[in-house]
Amino acid sequence: MTGKRSGSRQPHQADSAIVRVLLKEGIAPVLSLPCNMLAGLLREIDRHPLQHIKVCREEEGVGIAAGAALAGKKPLLLMQNSGLGNTLNALMSLTRLYQLPLFLLMSHRGGPGEKISAQIPMGEAAPRILETLGIKYIYIRSAHDFTILARLVKQTYNNSLISAAFLSRRLWDAAK
Amino acid sequence: MRRSEVINEVAHCDGLIVANLGFPSRELYARQDSERNFYMLGSMGLASSIGMGIACSQNKRVFVIDGDGSVLMNLGSLATVTRYAPSNYCLVIVDNKAYGSTGNQPTCTAGKADLFKIAKAAGNHTVRRVKTIAALRRTLQLFSQTCLIIIAETDSKADEVPVIPLTPVDIKVRFMREVKSRSKKTVNR
Repeated sequence: MTGKRSGSRQPHQADSAIVRVLLKEGIAPVLSLPCNMLAGLLREIDRHPLQHIKVCREEEGVGIAAGAALAGKKPLLLMQNSGLGNTLNALMSLTRLYQLPLFLLMSHRGGPGEKISAQIPMGEAAPRILETLGIKYIYIRSAHDFTILARLVKQTYNNSLISAAFLSRRLWDAAK
Repeated sequence: MRRSEVINEVAHCDGLIVANLGFPSRELYARQDSERNFYMLGSMGLASSIGMGIACSQNKRVFVIDGDGSVLMNLGSLATVTRYAPSNYCLVIVDNKAYGSTGNQPTCTAGKADLFKIAKAAGNHTVRRVKTIAALRRTLQLFSQTCLIIIAETDSKADEVPVIPLTPVDIKVRFMREVKSRSKKTVNR
């Protein structure tokens, strides 16, 4: 790490790019649970004027997001794809039922380079779960894909949809 | 104290109301339907979270009518609510010690679990236990600018109330309209 200012780490360009999308699209609040892959992004979010609520469980985040959307806000849930399993009933019987908007931004665990075996089954199943629920999703694998992310985020709130993006480990493996 | 009395008391407060699914929503609808009421139809356990999302996003006071069975399903919410402690948030947990909408099967609060102590242990300073309507009314009046959690102990009797005839989107649209108009009022003041 080569931070310009002493004691502060230079943000990774992927984290800065994601935060730019959140700011530009007027996201509030960000509901989050931690993930090792998201550590830099979570730090970067807190360095910007973004409303950030840290929740205890993903389903709780879906509830708070629904409340924020009812008050006219644009909530986003940031989590590991393993957390998707904890959201399913709420996504259907709350967010979808009332046609509220919600963007699910997930680190995609379980792929190449995964060291934790428990991440593999859900990592493989997560995209198919979204397909079953009729939730549109995209993969973010390189800086090139941030334009597509911004477009899907915008569509989500304009049309009161649930949409999702999987953030690939490759984003952070790439040179800074 | 009956559950319907608690709901009636909250319905007389000034603010937005999130009502838990099942009987709380149906009783509130039957007694005092209003655009400021958000009726939950599914997602059991998330009333306190939905209310917190609304409270953190606008200035009006938000009352949540929750239940013991539902809160037990989402105990982490008590910790999150306390962590952010929106001062316009009031969580009223109707503790009838039973799953009232599914045939009164006993919950853990019928045994040794104590939601007052659990809410306190989550770190919240303003948790009150009330057993009478007079005490509930006093508590609601006393703490108007505080993140407040009330455990209202009731019997398990329920009134006969019809199912809410509104569609989910109807409930949303009129509630959002109400939030918007209320926020404007706040700004103009």
